[in-house]
Amino acid sequence: MSQIDEQLRTELQRQGVWVTSMQDLYNWGRKNSIWPLQFGLACCAIEMIATAASRYDIARFGGEVFRPSPRQADLMIVAGTVTKKMAPQIVRLFNQMADPKYVIAMGACAISGGPFKQGYNVLKGIDRYIPVDVYIPGCPPRPEALLHAFMELQRKIDEQKLTGADKAEFLKPDQPSEFPVPRFGRHDLEPRANPNVFQPPVLER
Amino acid sequence: MRPDPYLFIVILIGVALAFPLIPLALAWLWRRFFQPPKPGPDKTSTYECGVESIGEAHVQFHVQYYLYAIIFLIFDVEAVFLVPFAVAFTGLPVGAFIAILIFLLLLIEGLVWAWGKGCLQWQR
Repeated sequence: MSQIDEQLRTELQRQGVWVTSMQDLYNWGRKNSIWPLQFGLACCAIEMIATAASRYDIARFGGEVFRPSPRQADLMIVAGTVTKKMAPQIVRLFNQMADPKYVIAMGACAISGGPFKQGYNVLKGIDRYIPVDVYIPGCPPRPEALLHAFMELQRKIDEQKLTGADKAEFLKPDQPSEFPVPRFGRHDLEPRANPNVFQPPVLER
Repeated sequence: MRPDPYLFIVILIGVALAFPLIPLALAWLWRRFFQPPKPGPDKTSTYECGVESIGEAHVQFHVQYYLYAIIFLIFDVEAVFLVPFAVAFTGLPVGAFIAILIFLLLLIEGLVWAWGKGCLQWQR
């Protein structure tokens, strides 16, 4: 998969000849058909539904096919408050998705627990258990924000390499595709976070 | 000379086979050369909305449900015909009234027969 010279490519395009690489073609196809997993957790899901409906129309970006099965989904939109009761199911669903898979943490709750952060039963961010690609702040974020996150994810997919040392994570054989599912402990989920994914921020005093 | 009319069917069968097989083959080649397989206990487990599946999927239903469904059919058909009958009741001639009564009688007869056979008894 040799890289073509950019100047040569533009020169060829001017003459009506389009040259592409396998990587560009693959990523172009991938980024324009991101199928999200169909589930919603809380009020952010209503905004997600609005994004999928005709007014905001996520179909313009190729993300309208919400799949009811993780086997067919590329993207997990964690839309809403993740309770500790729900967290194992979310992680298991993410594990059951086929590679390559991406996660958008939508809204303050999915990022950090949001307004319910002090709640005894609220997970303080889904990124404690699964790697998150794009975070959307907001409570709830507007559909435009979700579209923006979607475009950011598309940009990320477009830049992923298929070969070389810096190729995409999902192509590396030693990178895990499954993450440990937390169990219900005596007081909290066990473990409280996956140390390979999440390191708590260190307070500098 | 006209081509054999079956030739088009043969061509369409070829296209119909190639249409799914070529993407599948491409996907297989892609997986073979680029994508490392990453199976795992969670990934290959049964999908049940994220919940761990419990027990066997091969559940047997009692044969009594079959009889139950058949008897339900009597009331189902009865309802389908009784509603338009009730709507048009005042304007019906005597012949139509007798016809629907005979129809009802046939259904009731079936119910009585099933009752007599003991189908309404739930047998374990």
